[in-house]
Amino acid sequence: MIRPRVIPCMLLKGEGLVKTVKFKDPKYLGDPINIVRIFNDKEVDELIFLDILATTENRRPNFELLKKITSECFMPLGYGGGIRDMDDVKQLLSIGVEKFVLNTSAVENPSLVRAAADHAGSQAVVISIDVKKTLFGKYEVFTRAGKKGTGLEPVKFAVDMEKQGAGEIFINSIDRDGTMQGYDLDLIQRVAEAVTVPVVACGGAGNVQHLAEAVKAGASAAAAGSMFVFQGPLRGVLISYPTQEELKKAIP
Amino acid sequence: MIVIVDYGVGNLGSIKNMFKKAGFKAEPSSDPAVIRDAEKLILPGVGAFDAAMKKFRETGLVPVVGELVLEKKVPVLGLCVGLQLMTLGSEEGTEAGLGWFDAETIRFKFDAERANLKIPHMGWNEIHVRRQHPLVDGLPADSRFYFVHSYHVVAKDETAVLAETEYGVTIHSILGKGNIVGAQFHPEKSHKFGLQLLKNFAERVS
Repeated sequence: MIRPRVIPCMLLKGEGLVKTVKFKDPKYLGDPINIVRIFNDKEVDELIFLDILATTENRRPNFELLKKITSECFMPLGYGGGIRDMDDVKQLLSIGVEKFVLNTSAVENPSLVRAAADHAGSQAVVISIDVKKTLFGKYEVFTRAGKKGTGLEPVKFAVDMEKQGAGEIFINSIDRDGTMQGYDLDLIQRVAEAVTVPVVACGGAGNVQHLAEAVKAGASAAAAGSMFVFQGPLRGVLISYPTQEELKKAIP
Repeated sequence: MIVIVDYGVGNLGSIKNMFKKAGFKAEPSSDPAVIRDAEKLILPGVGAFDAAMKKFRETGLVPVVGELVLEKKVPVLGLCVGLQLMTLGSEEGTEAGLGWFDAETIRFKFDAERANLKIPHMGWNEIHVRRQHPLVDGLPADSRFYFVHSYHVVAKDETAVLAETEYGVTIHSILGKGNIVGAQFHPEKSHKFGLQLLKNFAERVS
């Protein structure tokens, strides 16, 4: 039987990898190719790369860099950031990226979700939903790297996206990002109950126990950044990933 | 050279990358002349059965590939929906399959106890080798592969089942009969396990 997937989620800023806290204060981690090689050696379940500046800088994915990444990457790979049309989707496929992570595009151009799913299959289309709690305690979907409120409610948006052809929902809590205090389990549970496609939890994981909690809340996969790149209270950069035995034990 | 049959469906870049890592040249092509020259063929595939089958037929490559595989016995490896195309047909659609395996493609059906299992079957799962074949030589006992599919193949001919996998039901995860082999999972995305399997195909399957 399968074990839920555990996915390092890496943020690209320019040619380097960074890690944010609540989508702010990007801390430089290192060269993406080196880090991909380490994750490849550790046989991670899957990797997700998000270019956090592509949309706000109004540019396309950095295909040259992604080509270098895919040639070192022998696990499923998702990429998000600046994907605007089917040309981008086809180019990503041709260089070996098989999951397209759509965030701003999914809100501003939902027909791309359908077109990408028709072309490459639903399993290739991951909708990333960045969620922040408003002053009134309600969940709201944000786009453009967490900068733009949309007024959309995440559970309803996730259901709509599934109808459009999304194969996975990647739900990320802006408030928990980089805090390592645990996922927003309430949010994960609400989304997981509303959709039938797999839900990937992101935002807040600090240890393997947190990953298990996300799965218990209904996630099919748990993604994390900080816990795979930082070590100790001073947050020194050290790439790590649990062993298969540790994962099997913690998340049966 | 290994040729990845490019009929507009599937993640060809990843397959090419993994063969390169294994030390073999594999190139996608839709050119009948290039395909006829291939030492070995890969039949990729993702998405819906009918869409893949229709696109494959539209390219006009079905008779070309069929002749190479069935008459000239060129080794061919089907991946994911590529394997499903090699069966007689799928519950997912109405198109006839290639019929290279006496097998059907059916939807996952779980009993009440397992009704909460998600479809698609997405993630890493183990395979259990049932029969010796050059394709599965030297794979470690705990070999795990990346799966993503909502339908699975069931071979009527047990002798074609090279490996099985458990996901609510027992599925036939690798089929093989002479020069025709196929895997339900994605070896091109399955670390050292996938590398070994593709290497086996390149070096040993004939």
